[in-house]
Amino acid sequence: MAVETEQKVESLDVFIMGKKYQIPKGLTILKALEYAGYRLVRGVGCRAGFCGACATVYRKEGDFRLRVGLACQTVVEDKMYLTQIPFYPAVKKTYDVNQLRPDAETILRFYPEVTRCLQCNTCRKVCPQDLDVMRIVASATRGDIAKAADLSFDCLQCGLCTSRCPAEISQYNVAMLARRLYGRHIAPPAPHLLQRIKEVASRQFDDNIVRLMSLSTEDLKKLYSEREIEPEELVPSAKKDED
Amino acid sequence: MSYPEMMRESIGKLEETRNRRRMQSFPRLGLKEKQELLEAFHPDFKPDAFRPLAVGPNAGDRVPNELADLLEGRSRINPETFDLSRVDYDTDVLVIGGGGAGTASALLACEKGVRVLVATKLRWGDANTMMAQGGIQAADKPGDSPALHYLDVMGGGGFVNIPELVRALVTDAPLVIKWLEELGVMFDKEPDGTMITVHGGGTCRRRMHSCRDYTGMEIMRVLRDEARNRGIQALEFRPAVELLLDERGYCCGAILYDLETEEYLIVRAKSVVLATGGMGRLHIQGFPTTNHYGATADGLVMAYRAGAKMIFMDTVQYHPTGAAYPEQIIGQLVTEKVRGLGAHLVNAEGERFIYELETRDVVSAAIIRECTERGKGVVTPTGMVGVWLDSPLIDIVRGEGTIRRALPAMVRQYARFGIDITQEPILVYPTQHYQNGGIVIKDDGATSVPGLFVAGEASGGVHGRNRLMGNSLLDILVFGRRAGTSAAEWAKTAVIGSPTLKHVQDYHDQLIRSGINTDRVSPMILPDYTPPHTRIRRLGGVPVG
Repeated sequence: MAVETEQKVESLDVFIMGKKYQIPKGLTILKALEYAGYRLVRGVGCRAGFCGACATVYRKEGDFRLRVGLACQTVVEDKMYLTQIPFYPAVKKTYDVNQLRPDAETILRFYPEVTRCLQCNTCRKVCPQDLDVMRIVASATRGDIAKAADLSFDCLQCGLCTSRCPAEISQYNVAMLARRLYGRHIAPPAPHLLQRIKEVASRQFDDNIVRLMSLSTEDLKKLYSEREIEPEELVPSAKKDED
Repeated sequence: MSYPEMMRESIGKLEETRNRRRMQSFPRLGLKEKQELLEAFHPDFKPDAFRPLAVGPNAGDRVPNELADLLEGRSRINPETFDLSRVDYDTDVLVIGGGGAGTASALLACEKGVRVLVATKLRWGDANTMMAQGGIQAADKPGDSPALHYLDVMGGGGFVNIPELVRALVTDAPLVIKWLEELGVMFDKEPDGTMITVHGGGTCRRRMHSCRDYTGMEIMRVLRDEARNRGIQALEFRPAVELLLDERGYCCGAILYDLETEEYLIVRAKSVVLATGGMGRLHIQGFPTTNHYGATADGLVMAYRAGAKMIFMDTVQYHPTGAAYPEQIIGQLVTEKVRGLGAHLVNAEGERFIYELETRDVVSAAIIRECTERGKGVVTPTGMVGVWLDSPLIDIVRGEGTIRRALPAMVRQYARFGIDITQEPILVYPTQHYQNGGIVIKDDGATSVPGLFVAGEASGGVHGRNRLMGNSLLDILVFGRRAGTSAAEWAKTAVIGSPTLKHVQDYHDQLIRSGINTDRVSPMILPDYTPPHTRIRRLGGVPVG
């Protein structure tokens, strides 16, 4: 909800693929592109930092450094020179995850180029999620699938690492394989889930649900209002092994 | 950046009351109190925001004005002159939409041994699924049961949900979680494999499964990876703009529009699964939205023209906790998991005003009441008003490090703007989040149009008038799988005739007869966020669709 406030808005010079535009201060790069008149099809997705569609590369005037950000989560600055990298060719191997073993051999079989890593750490420097990409690749290469899976979990697959890698590794697809290997073969299956699947298969719950379906709205409301609510668990649950 | 001085005073009050609030248990509302609160403050009860549809299977039913504008629009295609003789793709099952529901459909149809083609508006996986943070419900623990889940779903939905759909949802839930586990989805687990689960609004058991606060993203990227492994083809940047029906009215494909080459393409299919998602980007009543760029109700428009009926389209879900500060992320989602983990909602005076895990409609109405009638909202420098979500409380109650471990996406999002949510609260206000209703389906995903199946947010009935947290990820997978299976079975025996656009012609005629003479075209495909001063300079004033 908004109420009236008085404020003056300064404008900035932003260079979109080399063209200069005047943009009000305070917008994200994504909104600045739209303010400039771009109707985006590429380089835009969830608009909330979850999909990796809007990877953007920029320089600031007088600075040699190349910087990166997600257009939807980065505020424009004066004299920003920017372009989006909405797509970058990457290697994606296909596999049946059930048939694989969670080890270095599997990683090397599908993505042998991981051994070409120069340890330049550029991938880490360009990750808009601040993930330790080089360590993810190193972990996968030596077969520490759990580590690679954990470190890469917040990866948005934007592809910036791949675009800058001198060893031409598709890091985010290596990490994808590592996470699936972990989830399928290393994380223990939930014991209570197996139990419940058996119960569902033996149609244990069907009668109860059919009974609820046949109740009048009034009776259902009564049951609902009187149902017991499981208390919040206030003791911290066992910490996950983070390192 | 952090919080400006004008907002700090109320943060002081919030910190002062924190210890007292910890000890306080806030009462839940009864059904009658909830109803009164909703009628007074929920946006669904604003009469001017809705109007009855003039034409189609739901003629006379109220829907939001913004949706009515699209449903009463004309096709992008001229049905009299469009050449349907040239077929660009021939398949068994066409899946429209590359989000969670569509991809699950495609995988299950593929398992049935039929040819599957996915068409999607942007990239494969560009969908609200990707943005679902908090979790997915399933009654899979001792002490819980599908029947209890059923009761929660019905109560959350106002007891009007379609019972057969709810039965399918809660009974398939454990099977869906197992399916995901076997695909390698990394659920949050204890060392022995036990799922770590918390409450969501309106749940009577802790059955919210999660993958940190990237639950939907993790599920989406695994499903997409699997679909690519199986060799399923996806046509990206090629949204459907019209369904095709044969002479008997059976659905037999769709017309796609290539957003880059501007070509129209014809897909002939024996059955179609429509999984196009919701309508957040229509900005109902001017609300900001948590939704994906492509959430523009395209599927509703296409299916409605083809004769499919909708249900509960007079109700929209506003997520209680959309970001209200900083300006750059207004309307973006602050996951319900923050409240699930124990954060309080607090007004400018540092007081709680609602039990935090009431259903979303109720919590949203309570926040709106706090910011309007009661005048206890916090005002930002740009004039936004909101209430505090006391996130630091989570670490105080559950132990330091909980927030960073359970909510990395939230921590990162706010850190980008200089706010540390482990130390400072989050300012929130309701934001348009979910389309509660949609196209009526049966429990196998079938619609009243033969050969047309619908799954996910585009469908309606299972959530009644208000969806519970964690039931959307569940819905898209339960009904995505069912629709994919049904569409494949249908395709195995279907004999389709020649594609026609007669339904579109008829719809145009009905519009004229109802006195609606408009040049508005739909589906919308993408919203236009360029400012008016650039729009008016464009050739023709209106972008070519």
